[in-house]
Amino acid sequence: MTTPGISEYRRQEESITLAPIEQQLSGVTDGERHELLTINFGPHHPATHGVLRLLVQLEGEVVRDLSPIIGYLHTGIEKTCEDKSYWKVIPVIERMDYLAYYFNAMAFCGAVERLVGVEVPPRAQYLRVIHLELNRIMSHLFWLGTSALDLGAMSILWYCLREREQILDLFEMSSGQRMHTRYIQVGGVFEDIPPGFAEKLRQFTAKMPQRVEQYGAILNKNEIVLKRLCNTGIVDEQTLLGLGVTGPLLRATGNPWDLRKAAPYSSYDHFDFKIPVGSIGDNYDRYRVRLAEILESTKIIDQALDGLPEGPYITTDRKIALPPRHELATSMEALIHHFKLVTEGFRVPPGEIYYPIESPRGELGCFVRSDGSAKPARVHMRDPSFVNLQALRPMVLDGYIADLIATLAMLDPIIGGVDR
Amino acid sequence: MPDATGLELIAQDLREADAESVLETIYFRDHGTLLVDADGAREVLARLRERGFSFLASLHGVDYYPEEPRLGVLYELLDMQRVDRLTVKARVHSEAPSIASVVDLFPTADHQEREVYDLFGVVFEGHPDLRRILMPEDYEGHPQRRDFPIGGEPVLFTYNEHTVPRYYE
Repeated sequence: MTTPGISEYRRQEESITLAPIEQQLSGVTDGERHELLTINFGPHHPATHGVLRLLVQLEGEVVRDLSPIIGYLHTGIEKTCEDKSYWKVIPVIERMDYLAYYFNAMAFCGAVERLVGVEVPPRAQYLRVIHLELNRIMSHLFWLGTSALDLGAMSILWYCLREREQILDLFEMSSGQRMHTRYIQVGGVFEDIPPGFAEKLRQFTAKMPQRVEQYGAILNKNEIVLKRLCNTGIVDEQTLLGLGVTGPLLRATGNPWDLRKAAPYSSYDHFDFKIPVGSIGDNYDRYRVRLAEILESTKIIDQALDGLPEGPYITTDRKIALPPRHELATSMEALIHHFKLVTEGFRVPPGEIYYPIESPRGELGCFVRSDGSAKPARVHMRDPSFVNLQALRPMVLDGYIADLIATLAMLDPIIGGVDR
Repeated sequence: MPDATGLELIAQDLREADAESVLETIYFRDHGTLLVDADGAREVLARLRERGFSFLASLHGVDYYPEEPRLGVLYELLDMQRVDRLTVKARVHSEAPSIASVVDLFPTADHQEREVYDLFGVVFEGHPDLRRILMPEDYEGHPQRRDFPIGGEPVLFTYNEHTVPRYYE
């Protein structure tokens, strides 16, 4: 029956039927299930955010099985650490999770400080908090930009990188480096913030809430974002806890577990901030939780800057921290301490410590074993990316491969942290 | 954190269930550690899991070279309700090191046990898929052991590739 009023082309189109092709295809399947197709997703694929290889079993477009194959970026950092004195470990260990370098340094320095039993001055703790939270914003911005890119939004990446540049400028001001700054030291921080840093930081924190609002205006109600993220990759809270998942992924299910609140370190209990949580734990919740965390981090930075105590920025214990440069010309003891610290490093009493902190991706724990010498006998990083990656399989099973891309983006694994 | 008394109470309860299970309690820098018998480690972890330490934060290996039993497997447990942390440590001998897997109790142990197997050579009995995870599948040795040399790997360049056996594979 031809419908009146349609063109010749549409009439031809209506006459096409796929029945013979479908019949042909069903001949090669086993009847109930279509043939499974095993494909390698990665290790070199832009959507895997690094060299992650996923072995995916596909039935049509549906993921039936998945196993991550990792180790392509294994650089043996934990082994390298055993050959370096404690203060030389910091730049090496910063390169594990390369988007959260302040956190790596903080976890390691925290563990060593607890082993040595050194007190960190309040100013150093506040300066650490400022930089940790800046780093958290920076990490979330990079996550947001690249994840949106995976979903097909190009422009948001440039907006996110624009703000990230300002944070890197701030890092450059305070430490001289934009990435892998080596700012956090055992006993405090490397240097006090320079003149002009506070003003620049204030400008940044004043602007950031508007920026987050703008990202939200682009993405929150965007139809493509909603369709790709809502109700995809749902895993319930208990499964995630069993898999050891922490951080924004766990908070998206409504569990407000955050080490900054639960077991405060580095004066986090001085600040007033909220823990954003989601409701059902789908990809959209993960996105909204991280976006809200940027705002909370901005609040913490403002409070830390307001209440920044006076005093030393690193411990005055000369056995741990280098003496001030000007003392070297006048004090023999300072020269001796400087020489001993630079050549041998400081010795750490024997013992074992596991020191966990809240990184942008969850619980980042550093295990340090000391045998009494100036080099650690074992350094292990419990990296949240490595543990969280195990949750990818339950998240994407029996979903579409397009959802796999979105879920992987919202999982936010950093391969440098996965492989170490 | 359980204080020193709390740690002793936990150890006492575990010893009541199995006298041989807890070998030693260590309280260091406000943190409790239970040194347990490697054969009974799984039982201890199951009991602690019932007590509320239901979150396995981390599982990692340590090499205590040259002491014997040489290798250590450490379980960092977390009680999220009471915000308590507790370390359970089991020591295994370096000849045929093996310990029972806890993947069925804590699914998060899957990759972490594979990592300890890969880097230290501890075999986890009952692990569903015990393969190397970070090192290549055909790698020989367990690089995180203390007697494994740093820099023992020859670097391949075009001028010396023929000196490395099976470089073309």
